[in-house]
Amino acid sequence: MRRRSAFTALSLAIVRGFLRDRASVFFAIVFPLMFLVLFGGLFADQSQSKVDMLQVGGVSFIDEMPAGEKAAFAETFDITRTDDLDAAIAEVKKGDADVAVEMQGDTLVAHYTQTDQVKAAVTQGVLQAFVDSTNVALSGRPPTYRLEAERVEDDSLKTIQYVTPGLLGWAVAMSASFGAAATLNGWRNSKLLRRLQLSPVSTNTLVGARVSVTVGVALTQMAIFLGLGVAAFGLRLTGAWPAAVPLLVVGTLCFMSIGMLAGAVAKTTEGAVNMANFIVLPMAFLSGSFFPLDAAPAWLQAVAHVLPLWWLNQGMLDVMVRGEPASAALLPILVLAAFAAVVTATSAKLFRWETT
Amino acid sequence: MGAAIEVTDLAKAYGELQAVDGVTFDVGEGEFFGILGPNGAGKTTILEMVEGLRRPDAGTITLLGESPWPRNPGLLPRIGVQLQSTAFFERLTAREQIRTMASLYAVGPDVADGWLERVGLGDKADTRVGDLSGGQAQRLSIACALVHDPEVVFLDEPTAALDPQARRNLWELLAGLNDSGRTVVLTTHYMDEAEALCDRVAIIDHGRILELDTPANLVRGLDAPTRITVATGQLTPEEAGAIAGVDEVLEDPAGVVLSTREPVAVLTALAQQEHLAGIQVQTGTLEDVFLSLTGREYRA
Repeated sequence: MRRRSAFTALSLAIVRGFLRDRASVFFAIVFPLMFLVLFGGLFADQSQSKVDMLQVGGVSFIDEMPAGEKAAFAETFDITRTDDLDAAIAEVKKGDADVAVEMQGDTLVAHYTQTDQVKAAVTQGVLQAFVDSTNVALSGRPPTYRLEAERVEDDSLKTIQYVTPGLLGWAVAMSASFGAAATLNGWRNSKLLRRLQLSPVSTNTLVGARVSVTVGVALTQMAIFLGLGVAAFGLRLTGAWPAAVPLLVVGTLCFMSIGMLAGAVAKTTEGAVNMANFIVLPMAFLSGSFFPLDAAPAWLQAVAHVLPLWWLNQGMLDVMVRGEPASAALLPILVLAAFAAVVTATSAKLFRWETT
Repeated sequence: MGAAIEVTDLAKAYGELQAVDGVTFDVGEGEFFGILGPNGAGKTTILEMVEGLRRPDAGTITLLGESPWPRNPGLLPRIGVQLQSTAFFERLTAREQIRTMASLYAVGPDVADGWLERVGLGDKADTRVGDLSGGQAQRLSIACALVHDPEVVFLDEPTAALDPQARRNLWELLAGLNDSGRTVVLTTHYMDEAEALCDRVAIIDHGRILELDTPANLVRGLDAPTRITVATGQLTPEEAGAIAGVDEVLEDPAGVVLSTREPVAVLTALAQQEHLAGIQVQTGTLEDVFLSLTGREYRA
């Protein structure tokens, strides 16, 4: 059997400890993914549902529509055929259907309900437009004016574009800070830290192993989030998105330092994790991880600017979905690095070997 | 035989509390050395300073010819340490645990597995450390302390919090640790443990060494009577009091207890009267030594 280096052995021990702790894996990967599915899946499709239409008897206008137009018509209306006009109108009154149509000679009569005003307006407008265009077509003359409608938002403003970087930032902040807090506190309380101090392993090797594992977890989180976003929710990454990798690495270090601070101050491991959670969760809200801060009052937006997670989120939004160049990640990286340095120095000062 | 450890005038205070107050002792190579005392006597602080975990306020320590403070990486592979609590990586199995420890000392997995067998945990190799019993966890942590075959091994209360049966089982393992010339330093608050395992014992109280000698010498130097208990129904207290050399006679549920400073004469007399069936002989113990040194009952 091959002998492992101290660095490999320590990293492996930490990875195993992480993967076997269901709560850690849940909070690092599954929990944020639940939010991604929730935001990405439920809120992404903001378009109106179809209008339920009851067609009473033969309606030549619809039945004889050319195939191309019929497809367009079917995008707006869900058609059910029936022969009973009174029953159809009763259904519309109850709200089970949105409109009932019948032909009276050359007139298309639509019995609609005002319950849903948007659908009522859509029904009238669309039916009128189809009647008009049919009249034009029957006249044999090409239409004089044409309308071409284009949405000003492109697909990149869909909900998924906004929530993926924010939720990824939150997920990394959680797992990095919880991991560091639990490790520092747990190892100190079990005296494992003392035990390692009495082994020939250098502090650099020990810290290096812990940092490597946390960065590895963060990059795994990134791969899962982006992979799922692109594959399942139509996430589209813009040009400089690889610049988010170094940004995320520095962000991970920053949140590890926050976790170390919690681990150094708290007496128990649970206390340390709770303290990290107490710091990270409000920060996630204030940093726009869950919803944009555009509508927030100015003072709140000002507060957000001093939070490391805000910088991580903004940097990732810029390079991942807003199409900014890689240089947009530079300032956030510097801010996060400065944060990490200050907080690490503070926790080193506050660290005590004895908890009592 | 040279000295593996030399400690001179060691002192350490925590705020107002003088935890260690002028302690001097040597431990010879291959010796099994015990530091005995009640909780809070300063045993662990002495041990942690010798290991190099704490800086002494005063005094000098030489461990294998070198100074353990500040952290001395050249010295660390030559010593093995078992800390008071069982310091493990979370959620690893026993085998993963000791192999990880072995890797830190550049020792291969085969050697690690061998130690697992040697401490009797071969069938627990795939058990997570959190699921081991107290005795098994102590065995694992002792194996982890020995995996790199250190010259000196420090064991800090290895049998604390174990039931009496598990303690006795662990003694068998501990007793063999210095067979190959290894030096062993053990702290304990169990008198019988120090008596059973140690070549020499330092009795500590309030941060000072009260006495330092072999267990036999400590007891011998003690002017304590031997107690002989004769099973009930063989001897009346009056008959017992008539035997030459008996100082005092007591009755207790087990029988008649004779106190004597001439046990050989008394035992001979009892043998002649054929009262030896179920006889119990109790000589002085370290408990008695502690009582005579401190004037108070030993409290663990």
